[in-house]
Amino acid sequence: MAEFSLPANSKVHAGKAWPAPSGARRTKTFRIYRWDPDKGANPQVDSYTIDLDKTAPMVLDALIKIKNEIDPTLTFRRSCREGVCGSCAMNIDGTNTLACTKAIADCEGDVKIYPLPHMPVIKDLVPDLTQAYAQLRSVEPWLKSETPPPDRERPQSPAERQKLDGLWECILCFCCSTSCPSYWWNGDRYLGPAILLQAYRWIADTRDEATGERLDNLEDPFRLYRCHTIMNCTKTCPKGLNPAKAIGEIKKLMVARK
Amino acid sequence: MAADSKGTANPHPRPLSPHLQVYRLPMLAILSITHRATGVGLAVGTLMLVCWLVAAANGEAAFNSVNGFLGSAIGRLLLFGWSVALFFHLANGIRHLFWDAVMGFEIRSAENSGWAVIAFTAVATLLAWSIGLAVAGGN
Repeated sequence: MAEFSLPANSKVHAGKAWPAPSGARRTKTFRIYRWDPDKGANPQVDSYTIDLDKTAPMVLDALIKIKNEIDPTLTFRRSCREGVCGSCAMNIDGTNTLACTKAIADCEGDVKIYPLPHMPVIKDLVPDLTQAYAQLRSVEPWLKSETPPPDRERPQSPAERQKLDGLWECILCFCCSTSCPSYWWNGDRYLGPAILLQAYRWIADTRDEATGERLDNLEDPFRLYRCHTIMNCTKTCPKGLNPAKAIGEIKKLMVARK
Repeated sequence: MAADSKGTANPHPRPLSPHLQVYRLPMLAILSITHRATGVGLAVGTLMLVCWLVAAANGEAAFNSVNGFLGSAIGRLLLFGWSVALFFHLANGIRHLFWDAVMGFEIRSAENSGWAVIAFTAVATLLAWSIGLAVAGGN
């Protein structure tokens, strides 16, 4: 059952404010969700006002600057800083995206930063993705084939290969799944857009021979059919992919094989 | 007490990160929840329709009282809401049929079809009410 409000231990309180450095002419305030597992208190929002003239352009640059120069306890995941690893996925300015590819200039007013929505928080901006990874494993995201492996690569025509475009680029940042109200309310049983796009990536692969088995695994009122085409996934994907369409393709295949 | 990933007891269970509280719902999501809401509204409205038919079957007095309520200001407001819900749900249902055929999934076309649904709802509602009021003469 959908619970629209936050549990008592998750309600966000007002936090600490760090003022602008003296002499700063162009400032921006970052309002950032904080939760420390060792404190035993509710989460809070701390605000940090920084000098934009001394900050590189992306939101991740600001986070790193805050951690290095103001508050070393601020915790977040990051790695590649160029939108290929998916580590710095978070909710910025009301939308899920990658901090490294989101320009500070594109945020109006204060920049509000929260962890990916409706996930258990490990610390600050770091969500627990254990369940999402378990769901990924459940769709067996690897090539399955009955025919004996050839001595060389498994060839595909350019047209066959093209079917994977828009699917293989997914970096599993989970921006889409955690933007989806269906995943919020039924994330324990609904696989969510990121996993379903991965499932379709293997269904669409002409080298894979387990399409029927894969569809059987998804033929379930919750695993697949909790998608109501809300489209938040496609709208929020920082890589410009279309999970909603991939899910539509799966649903269509379900009907076509009947 | 919740256990953390190492399996040790953790006195402070992990909070759930904010969702509806912080997510800025895009127009597409608002249309989606409107589809759900109008569906519920239509189910309730259908009860009203059944009341009206049952009253008609029960004779003039019963019919006049239900019909009188529907003709009152509140009744007309309900009927207006019901007609908006009907036209929205109808048009958006057709939009869903296109999605079922995997058509119109690009953000641009989904937003355009959404605006088309809104426009159809407005025009069809106004048309239905102007015809209805012209024929019934406001009675």
